[in-house]
Amino acid sequence: MFEKIILHEDTPERAASTEGNFYSSKNNPIGPGMNERIQKLRQRSVETEPSLSIERALHETAFYRENFGKLSIPVLRAANFLDHCRKKVIYLGEGELIVGERGPRPKCVPTFPELTCHSIDDLNVLNTRELQRYTISHEDIDTYAREVIPYWEGKTQRERIFNHVPPEWKAAYEAGMFTEFMEQRAPGHTALDGKIYRKGMLDYKREIAANLAALDYLNDPEATDKAEEWKAMDISCDAVILFAERHANLAEELAIKETNPIRKAELLKIAEVCRWVPANAPRNFWEAIQMYWFVHLGTITELNGWDAMNPGHFDQHLAPFYLREIAEGTLTRDQAKELISCFWIKVNNHPAPPKVGITARESGTYNDFTNINIGGVKSDGTDGTSEVSYIMLEVIEELHILQPGSAVHISAKTPDKFLHAATRVIRQGHGYPSVFNPDVYILELLRQGKSLQDAREGGCSGCIEVGAFGKEAYLLTGYLNVPKILEVTLNNGINPVTGIRVGLETGNPCNFTTYEELYAAFLKQLHYVVDMKMRVSNYIDRMFAKYAPAPFLSIVIDDCVSKGKDYYDGGPRYNSSYIQCCGLGTVTDSLTTIKKHVFEDKSFGMGRILKAVLNNFEGEEVLRQTIMNRTPFFGNDDDYADSIAVSVYNDLFEAIDGKPNIKPGGKYHLNMLSTTCHVYFGKVMGATPNGRLAGKSISDGTSPSHGADTHGPSSVIKSMTKFDHVKSGGTLLNQRFLPSLLRKEEDIKKLGHLIRSYFTLGGHHIQFNIVDTATLLAAQACPSDYKDLMVRMAGYSDYFNDMNADLQQEVIERTENSGF
Amino acid sequence: MYSPLVFDIKRYAINDGPGIRIVIFLKGCNLNCAWCHNPESISKEAERMYAPAKCIKCGTCVMACPEKAIILTSEGIVTNTELCKMCGRCAEVCPTKAIELSGKPRTVAEIMDEIEKERLFFDQSGGGVTFSGGEPLLHTEFLIELLDECGRRGIHRAVDTAGLANTAVLLDIAKRTDLFLYDLKMIDSERHQKWTGVANEKILENLKILTETGANIIIRIPLVGNVNDDIENITETARFVSALKGEKKVVNLLPYHKIAQTKYEKLGRSDDFILLEEPGKEAQLRAIAIFGKYGIEASIF
Repeated sequence: MFEKIILHEDTPERAASTEGNFYSSKNNPIGPGMNERIQKLRQRSVETEPSLSIERALHETAFYRENFGKLSIPVLRAANFLDHCRKKVIYLGEGELIVGERGPRPKCVPTFPELTCHSIDDLNVLNTRELQRYTISHEDIDTYAREVIPYWEGKTQRERIFNHVPPEWKAAYEAGMFTEFMEQRAPGHTALDGKIYRKGMLDYKREIAANLAALDYLNDPEATDKAEEWKAMDISCDAVILFAERHANLAEELAIKETNPIRKAELLKIAEVCRWVPANAPRNFWEAIQMYWFVHLGTITELNGWDAMNPGHFDQHLAPFYLREIAEGTLTRDQAKELISCFWIKVNNHPAPPKVGITARESGTYNDFTNINIGGVKSDGTDGTSEVSYIMLEVIEELHILQPGSAVHISAKTPDKFLHAATRVIRQGHGYPSVFNPDVYILELLRQGKSLQDAREGGCSGCIEVGAFGKEAYLLTGYLNVPKILEVTLNNGINPVTGIRVGLETGNPCNFTTYEELYAAFLKQLHYVVDMKMRVSNYIDRMFAKYAPAPFLSIVIDDCVSKGKDYYDGGPRYNSSYIQCCGLGTVTDSLTTIKKHVFEDKSFGMGRILKAVLNNFEGEEVLRQTIMNRTPFFGNDDDYADSIAVSVYNDLFEAIDGKPNIKPGGKYHLNMLSTTCHVYFGKVMGATPNGRLAGKSISDGTSPSHGADTHGPSSVIKSMTKFDHVKSGGTLLNQRFLPSLLRKEEDIKKLGHLIRSYFTLGGHHIQFNIVDTATLLAAQACPSDYKDLMVRMAGYSDYFNDMNADLQQEVIERTENSGF
Repeated sequence: MYSPLVFDIKRYAINDGPGIRIVIFLKGCNLNCAWCHNPESISKEAERMYAPAKCIKCGTCVMACPEKAIILTSEGIVTNTELCKMCGRCAEVCPTKAIELSGKPRTVAEIMDEIEKERLFFDQSGGGVTFSGGEPLLHTEFLIELLDECGRRGIHRAVDTAGLANTAVLLDIAKRTDLFLYDLKMIDSERHQKWTGVANEKILENLKILTETGANIIIRIPLVGNVNDDIENITETARFVSALKGEKKVVNLLPYHKIAQTKYEKLGRSDDFILLEEPGKEAQLRAIAIFGKYGIEASIF
């Protein structure tokens, strides 16, 4: 009669039919997955070591040697893309249903020498370092040294940028006051809307041909430029059609040799699908997924844009195909789930291309930040969840692989059933999905000037940044180290770590008589740094428009085709640039410390705290402990501290928002993302007045400083919503939950209520890290036993074992919201 | 008005009644259970807690103590309890909060302010406030004022009680309480006396009377290995609960844990800590099954 027996250690088993998602048995010898095909594909993807392919670089170098100067830059870029699609190795793996790889085989990553050219040292480090290793043969390194490196010397985007920047920018950059995204990759963070499910490349070719025919060379001063861009777009369409046809040919060849009649039929079906998409709009569920995948591969092969592209509201795009085919009886739920699983594994096959100029210690990540948006609202404002949304949650729960990332979007219209299904997946501790609030980000997009429909069709791309999917270039320009700006202010413009001047002389803080004087100096410094960063960002934008346009990406982003303008040249309907501000918690707590102890309580003087900070609190442990335990810190629903966070947030907004970014109508906006940059930013800093020691990471996103929030998640949420998230293009809140907080089925619902409460108060995003310290320590001691342990860190998930010791320590130090 | 001391306020409490709750812990208890995991809740007076692990041996407290009751040793501080007047000065100055005073006087208005901060979470989740202890019924007048104020503001009120109180007081509280979390340690009075320091006739009688009023009640049983997890006690408890009037009762089983040991050490009462046994998985399942036999839904908390 009462069979609901719940014990501490166990996660209650659920039947698939009752709760919308279920967790598969872990005892399968091959590994997780709904059936043997998926298990094998997943195993191959997980166990394959990432490697580097020099194929693309060789094709491109040869093509540039032959053609540079003969063609306009857009046409050169498109023809280069076509050339590579014609020559590259095509891969079709055993058991695959969704096909296509950027490299010659899974997890084999090409390089992009036109952006940044790896040196021989870089390649050797990548081949040998322990973390985030990319293998490459010595033969390939020799070929690279001979064929690729000499040609690109002085011609890469990275060199164009660094040859231009003024010395004060360089000084601030080297001090770690900000980072610059575009020195390694092309601008990106792009997500698609639904257009590719309605129009194929042949449709675009017709549209482009009509545009070319209608060009008015007599009156339109841009006619020549438009013509070159359209020609380039047209060639790009041919490139992806050719790429797909080569897969169809290969599938047919394999089918002839195939002896298993079932696989033979699958191969012939693959051939049929690849002959139809992307040339034409997809006709069914399978073709819809393959359509997106070819477009995805096209954009990440053409260039190496930041964030490996994302399909936007993928469940909403697939739902019409699913519903129609289920009704017609041409597709089963399991077949749909199998295809989605195949797609998921395909994304996991694509690690991020590695950086140049790396050191063995610098880890980076394999994650290329393709993020699948699930749920949310449709462009007409109605609930966007469908059976496909639930299938995707099941796939996430079953496969638990690094990529793609996933985000559930919970609006007031989203049913609780979906929220609870999502929180059950969160409880598994794979780090995904993160949780977004469409009701707030739609307001953010409206505030930035998007139309209601475009705003509703928007969402988040790689991490937490929002944009109008399929219609916007929203470029992340780099992270801003806000605590470092305070550090430099406290040292009157000098970087105390090096003694070098990196900022304005804003006065000796020991002469300040009020907190307001200090704060005004900080703001002056902030504006100086932000303006300096923007000047260089604007220059870089033009370098991409001139030398590295992306004609293929431009096809799928409105209104590039109709305008005849490239994605990097103001072609999109909306053009935004974000600056991502890090360390709100650290800077707030540092300011609060000085305000309270130095100016109000006068418990110690400015001279003493500055000296203590310079000496990394050596000999001042009592002072440091007093600060850490006797100061109201951000994250505890205490207005004293929270009001300082609000002013910093508002002043960051004032410094950044609305400034023009030199594209037509384009503006800068505030973003509060940190990814893992808070670790790097911490390393370049001395101690801070809030008691943080030198080199320790600063706070992430808009989360409170590590350990500063001592009143639990509800208080953090209250603090977090005292500033207006609508003014940003994304805030970020990490909350670490011990599994003990999510034992009972009832706890799942309470977590749902916590999320709803946060969103009611205006929160943008929240994510949960469900782990316990003992597990993490055990994982550190014996990594091989915890290979699948995934932790979510500031905007993405990564395998714990793939993180360096600093990042692991950071995970351990996060406040534990223990249930005891 | 007499104001009791609050020794803790817990937010995002998810195991003390429905929804997301805030728990107000009032100091003072009329039971002295061997397994008590909040030893600082027993005395009504403020108590000093000292955590040697947090102490950096800076001597700030030694200098601050007006009674010169503290001396610094290589292992930390030692306090002469005869000299100490519990003024709390040491806790005020301790930079690491290694010394803390447990129990702060809070007015009804102050407590209501804390409760209000969590308001949205209650409204969203069907939660509210839980008054716990110690034994909150010891502070009748104060508790009534809080309950009435919550009632006026439409906040769901739960009272976590061990039930040892004047029946009239309990019924008075019941008028302004939406849910009781009623502790039932064991049925045999002699055993109850042995393990909690008091007999249980009054507790059982109060529970019967309370159910007759139609009050909403969840029975909470601390499950302690070899103390009350035996078949006999669980069966008797199940029988008792099943005979109660009113709606079917729900039983929460709270397995004993050893985590409280640190608290005894911090209070300087390590000797009072009795290491008991955590109930085994079998005993937990068995208890659930026995309650099930009597038609009572029991679950582990």
